[in-house]
Amino acid sequence: MIALNYGFIAILLVLAIAFALLPLAIAGLIAPRRPSRDKNDIYECGLRTQGETWVRFRVQYYIVALLFVVFDIETVFLYPWAVSYGGLGTFALVEMVIFLLMLAVALVYAWAKGVLRWF
Amino acid sequence: MDVWLIAGILFKILVVVGISQGAVAYLILVERKIAAYAQDRIGPNRCGREVRLPFGLLQPIADGAKMLLKEDVIPSYVNKPLYILAPAIAIIAATIGFAVVPFGPVGPSAPTALGAPFQFQIAPGVDVGIVYVFAVGSLGVYAVVLAGWASNNKYAFLGGLRSSAQLISYEVPLGLSILGMVLIARSLDLNKIIEWQDRNVWGIFIQPIGFLLFLISSFAETNRLPFDLPESEQELVGGFHTEYSAMKFGMFFLGEYLNIITTSYLVVILFLGGWDLPFLNAGQTGWLPAFLKAFVLLGKVGAIVVFIMWVRWTLPRFRYDQLMDLAWKTMIPLAILNLVATAIVVQYAWGH
Repeated sequence: MIALNYGFIAILLVLAIAFALLPLAIAGLIAPRRPSRDKNDIYECGLRTQGETWVRFRVQYYIVALLFVVFDIETVFLYPWAVSYGGLGTFALVEMVIFLLMLAVALVYAWAKGVLRWF
Repeated sequence: MDVWLIAGILFKILVVVGISQGAVAYLILVERKIAAYAQDRIGPNRCGREVRLPFGLLQPIADGAKMLLKEDVIPSYVNKPLYILAPAIAIIAATIGFAVVPFGPVGPSAPTALGAPFQFQIAPGVDVGIVYVFAVGSLGVYAVVLAGWASNNKYAFLGGLRSSAQLISYEVPLGLSILGMVLIARSLDLNKIIEWQDRNVWGIFIQPIGFLLFLISSFAETNRLPFDLPESEQELVGGFHTEYSAMKFGMFFLGEYLNIITTSYLVVILFLGGWDLPFLNAGQTGWLPAFLKAFVLLGKVGAIVVFIMWVRWTLPRFRYDQLMDLAWKTMIPLAILNLVATAIVVQYAWGH
C-alpha cells in the first residue's frame, strides 16, 4: 500500500511536468515572435551593460549555504526523534539536548566569527 | 480494480490541479482588489461589465489570454536551456507539493471498489507527510536560482543570489518550528495531526511560538512581502524574473501563488485545527459532514491567504541584513529553545 501511495506521487509528477510544458508549448505556438536587436538586449534600464554578469560574489553566500546544510541535516535528524519521542524516556531528551548544544556551539562560533554580519 | 484506482487518482489530480490553478487566477484578482482598497483605489472593474458581472470578475481570463498571446522575448545572451527550465521547475515543484495535503477529512465509506475509505488527498497514507512537503517545497529554490543565473542580467543575478540565501536561511526555522507539533501529535502524517488537534486543542494554543515562527518563515519561503528581497522592484527592477516575459513570467506567478495555497493549507492543518470547528469533530461520519469539513478547511485557508495579502500591503520591506539577522540570530535559536521546552514539558508534565 505504501508503494502504491508513492506511485500516486509519481503520477502527479508526470502530470505536473505536462502542466508545466503545456503553457510553454501553447505560448510557443500562438505567441508572436518578432525579435530585434534592441528587444533581445539585456534589460538593465537602458544602460549599456558593464563587464561580465557572472562576477565574483560575496563569499558569505557560500558560508551561509554551508551553515544551512548543517542545520538542515540537524532538522532531518530531529524528525524521527520527534515522532518516536513519546516512548523513549529521559534518555532521548538528554541525548537530543546534547546534540542541539553542539549545534548551538557551531551557530555561536559562526556568529562570533562574523559570518552572520551582512554590512 | 487497478484501472479504477488509476482512473480515480487521475480524476483527483485533475480536480485538485484544476481547482488550484483556477484559484490562483482568482487570487491574483483578489490580490489586486485588496491592493486597490488598501490604497484607496477601485482596482480592476472593467472585465465582465458587458455581461453584468461586478468587480471585474472576468479579469483572470483576460490576464490568461494576455499571457498566452504576448510576444515571448528570449534575450539573445541568456543560457537558453536553463532559462526555459526555470519557470517549468517553479510550476512542477509547486504542483507536486499538493500530493500529501489533505483537503478534507477521511471520507465515510468506500464508494468504489478500492476497499478503502475515500480521502480528499492525492496520495493518502504517505506517512512522511510534512517532510515530503518541505522537501518538494525547497525544490522551488532551483527555479529562482536558475532563473537568476541563466538570465545573464546583473539584476537577475543579484536577485537570484539574495533569494537563494534567503530561502535556505528560512528553511531551517520552517523545519524546526513544526517539530514541537510533531512531538506532541507523534506523527508526521497531516491527517493524524489534525485528528490530534480535533481530540485535544488547536496547535496555535499549545505551540504559539511555533505558529509564529512557521508563519513568518512561510512568508519568507513564498517570497512575499515583507520578505520579497529577491524581486524588490525599487532595487532590482524585477529581481530574478527581470528577463522573463509573457507566459514564462506568468508561470513564475502561478508557482508563487500555488506555493501560497500550499503554505496556507499547512498553516491551517498544523496550527489551526484543519477542518476542526467546535461543532464538527471526528465522530461525525457521512458524506455531508465530510464535505462540510472540506469547506471549513477551505474557508480557513482562504482567510490565511487574505491575511498574507493584507500583510503585503501593510508592511514595508526588510533590509537584507535585517532579514538574515532575523533568521539566524532570532528565529533559529528561538525555534531550538521552543523545541527543547516542548520536549521537557511533554516528558515531565504530561507524563507520557
